[in-house]
Amino acid sequence: MDKRKCVQALFAFTTNAHVQGFWKGTIYRGRLKNICVPGLNCYSCPGALGSCPIGAMQAVEGGTLYGISMYILGFLVFVGLLAGRFVCGWLCPFGLIQELIYKLPVKKRKVPKKVNAVLKWLKYGILAVFVIGLPILTADSFGISTPYFCKYICPAGTLEGGIPLLAMNKPLRMATGFLFSWKMLLLVLVVVASVLIFRPFCRYVCPLGAFYSLFNPISLYRYEIDRETCTGCGKCSRSCKMDIDVCKNPNSLECIRCGACIKACPVGAISGGRSAGRVHKEGAAKE
Amino acid sequence: MKKTTQQKRILLQTGLLALAVLFMAVGWAKGEVQMVLEKSVNICLECIGIG
Repeated sequence: MDKRKCVQALFAFTTNAHVQGFWKGTIYRGRLKNICVPGLNCYSCPGALGSCPIGAMQAVEGGTLYGISMYILGFLVFVGLLAGRFVCGWLCPFGLIQELIYKLPVKKRKVPKKVNAVLKWLKYGILAVFVIGLPILTADSFGISTPYFCKYICPAGTLEGGIPLLAMNKPLRMATGFLFSWKMLLLVLVVVASVLIFRPFCRYVCPLGAFYSLFNPISLYRYEIDRETCTGCGKCSRSCKMDIDVCKNPNSLECIRCGACIKACPVGAISGGRSAGRVHKEGAAKE
Repeated sequence: MKKTTQQKRILLQTGLLALAVLFMAVGWAKGEVQMVLEKSVNICLECIGIG
């Protein structure tokens, strides 16, 4: 198992260490839950020790008289600024689950460039409409509204929270209806897509990834290409499972910092780390 | 003297970092941390597909 998988597994386990919740069918109710974890990790998962930032954002917006959550917004800007989508590649449990599913030995599919170029914007729409817009705009006279993304879209909640809780709670099972069927359908779609495509949910749907992506070009942790060493062979771009032209834009909004390009570079021209104090030229790649 | 891209980036990073800390402090002062706790210690029926 490579270093990244170890970190992903370790982080997923430590942030979901309330293991007794899985066989008791309960969730952790301690004070740690007022802190958010950086990745998409449903706080109704029986193991979850922290809160999902997307769920918490909607919870505050849908509470009484708060509007957009300054606490969560500040947290997301802070994490985004430090690491950008490094969180997606290294610290997100739902990203890890998709990667494990992708390991199934089935012929993989490449998303056509034109389709990818359009679909990648979908996650920004979901962030704007389902996470921020609708919960604020549809609040009732008491200031209470629905967490639209969690309720109608998020497959992580179904997988991490819904299935284990329903498995252990008969009363909850009795309460399932159309909504649960809808969410199970979405989960099945994500699972099937994950068998064929690398991280489809992260690429096209995840509002958390969309938010962090905005910080990729300016985050403290970033990739740099030594243009004097780079031979322009293109091995970095061919190794990228997120279909990024690494040589052209090493800090693309889509980059999850998995490090595949660094490993693939035959001359060690790509490096990841803190950029401050280092002179680096970003421009067109060598032809 | 004209600022380099590197200097501009550091300036932006510092400004955003200060803004992030300020936002978190304001949220904390408004009681949002308590709100997050109150919501997350109860099973979110919407999140699991029931509510």
